[in-house]
Amino acid sequence: MIKIVKRDQPSKAIFFFTPVLAIFLTLIAGGIIFYILGFKPFEALKFFFIVPIADKYGFSELLLKATPLCLIAIGLSFCFKSNNWNIGAEGQLTFGAIVSGGVALLFYDQEGFYILPMVILAGAIGGMIYASIPAILKTYFNTNEILVSLMLVYVSKLILDYLVVGPWSNPEGFNFPETRQFSDSARLPLLFEGLRIHAGIFLALAAVVISWFVFYKTYLGFQMKVSGFSLKTAKYAGYKGKKMIILVFLISGACAGLAGVGEITGPIGQLHREVSPDYGFTAIIVAFLGRLHPVGIIFASLVVAITYLGAETAQIFMQIPKYTGQVFQGMILFFLLASDYLLFFKFKFIDTKK
Amino acid sequence: MHKFLIRSFVSSLVLLFTLTVAAVAKDVKAAFVYIGPTGDHGWTYQHDVGRKAVEAAGFKTTYVEGVPESADAERVLRQLANSGHDIIFTTSFGYMNPTNKVAKEFPNVKFEHATGYKREHPNVATYAARFYEGRTILGTIAGTMTKSNVIGYVASFPIPEVIRGINSFTLAAQKVNPNIKTKIVWAFTWYDPGKEAEAAKALIDQGADVIAQHTDSTAIVQMAEKAGVYAFGQASDMDKFAPKAVLTSVENNWGPYYVDRVKAVANGTWSQKDTWHGIGDGMVVISGLDSQMPSDLQAKVKKLQADLASGKVHSFTGPIYDQKGNLMVAEGKTADDGMLAGMMTYVKGVEGDIPK
Repeated sequence: MIKIVKRDQPSKAIFFFTPVLAIFLTLIAGGIIFYILGFKPFEALKFFFIVPIADKYGFSELLLKATPLCLIAIGLSFCFKSNNWNIGAEGQLTFGAIVSGGVALLFYDQEGFYILPMVILAGAIGGMIYASIPAILKTYFNTNEILVSLMLVYVSKLILDYLVVGPWSNPEGFNFPETRQFSDSARLPLLFEGLRIHAGIFLALAAVVISWFVFYKTYLGFQMKVSGFSLKTAKYAGYKGKKMIILVFLISGACAGLAGVGEITGPIGQLHREVSPDYGFTAIIVAFLGRLHPVGIIFASLVVAITYLGAETAQIFMQIPKYTGQVFQGMILFFLLASDYLLFFKFKFIDTKK
Repeated sequence: MHKFLIRSFVSSLVLLFTLTVAAVAKDVKAAFVYIGPTGDHGWTYQHDVGRKAVEAAGFKTTYVEGVPESADAERVLRQLANSGHDIIFTTSFGYMNPTNKVAKEFPNVKFEHATGYKREHPNVATYAARFYEGRTILGTIAGTMTKSNVIGYVASFPIPEVIRGINSFTLAAQKVNPNIKTKIVWAFTWYDPGKEAEAAKALIDQGADVIAQHTDSTAIVQMAEKAGVYAFGQASDMDKFAPKAVLTSVENNWGPYYVDRVKAVANGTWSQKDTWHGIGDGMVVISGLDSQMPSDLQAKVKKLQADLASGKVHSFTGPIYDQKGNLMVAEGKTADDGMLAGMMTYVKGVEGDIPK
């Protein structure tokens, strides 16, 4: 007989194994779905997960797509590790893009080495300003940061709408909702001729290294971890909780803002209504799939990025509806949460004959 | 035996037809990039109807739906251009810059961008429909059918395309009923059933008994059906979603243009151009008229439709005044395409200001 027994302590091996298990289960479930829809499962999975990255261009697109996801997820991991539920990275990304785009537009007809640093800095500051709202409301007025940060996403999108339709719209653009194109000096440099992958990837990698250092080598990281386990313990230990809440939100906002900068000064080159296809929300999946660990997040962002590319390829070559990409993202999260059960419980074989 | 003969005759005819079509097709492959799902029953749905017409004409087609106007559009376009497609239709305004960028890299692939104005390379053409002609018909119906003399209008974004539609609609309504007022609610979306329904509700609460829309979902006609007021279908024939409310629909009919352009690629006669077709060329189609409309109105609408098609009547014929009473188009003159393309002022009779 098999009995389910509670573990004395969550298993560390299982902790890092379950994301892999979740991806594996997603592939199986995906294959079954493809089969039910009338597609050959293995061929469909091949077009979904292998064909899109089979050449140099495809691989560069994967990195391009994973960059903002990784950057935002790293920022979010600061919040999530310390029990701060910042759901509004999409808003912080949008506001960062607005502020940095505003600076880029000021210099739309100028060239100069000094423009890009200002544009990048403006994006980080924009994200920080926007993230500080839920942080300050939480620390001083005890509001729920989940609600505040989420609602602010919609506010930021409306602000962007207003700006690109009205005051910032391209004067030569027949009133269509978009701004002028930024000057070349406000664009992130491309890494390779003919590919879209840009210097923003270094921002993401820097964030990975810095976060690893902070999490595992600093007192702040230790404080975050303790607060994550138990706020009461953190208080008892005398940690300055309020300061930390604001700090992690600022870090998270800066990362999201920089992701926004990467989009508008990288592949897009202007502001318009759709700066981000909900990277801020997808990054939440990435953060958890990566177990809030910097290296885990790198892998998770690549896995989730490929669901986007795969969905396009599968529709082009096999006429599989593109929205299956979202189904895959949902399944990964579902299986991850479900397999977390194994963290706290284990199966025990009991000999009933005795 | 007799049946057998007929059958083999028919099947050989079918075979012959297929072979001929295949020979004409010359393996030209067309691709379509959609902003929404093919099942939206609005903008994307109609483009997909057009794509099916291209298939029916014997060409292979591919489509990708739900492509955001973010950095992703460029990748999808490049992938389509790279995978053996000869002509690519990009069916939303936000694809304008990516279309021109990718077109530069693939000079042998033809690109057709809907509703845009940039043709930076010889392999980029643009196309759009004169939907304002359809709105002249809707305005005529609305002005006749309203009892409260308040007509509601759910608009998407304050761009010339939408302003032009509001003006064309209002001018036509005024012509049959000088007392009407057009009230506008800006939804700031092309497709959001929730927001659109809310906007329609707000207009009905303000006394509007006819609702027009320049957004794509069926939520507005359904809200009108519930409230017992009239409405018009947008993009596709929406009669089945609100049989009592919908008086008629303005349909976007892209099929003939798509077939034409794909054939031009097959024949080697494709060239860059800017197309702006209306009722006359069949790009704008008026659906069947509802039986609630009095027969004299129906006759009037039929005649107006024919006159718009032949060019005898123009939607913007002077005298036309703006809200402040300044003359926009002099008596006996019609607005030229340049004026129409950049139209950013309301005509007299429209309430409120254009959001800035």
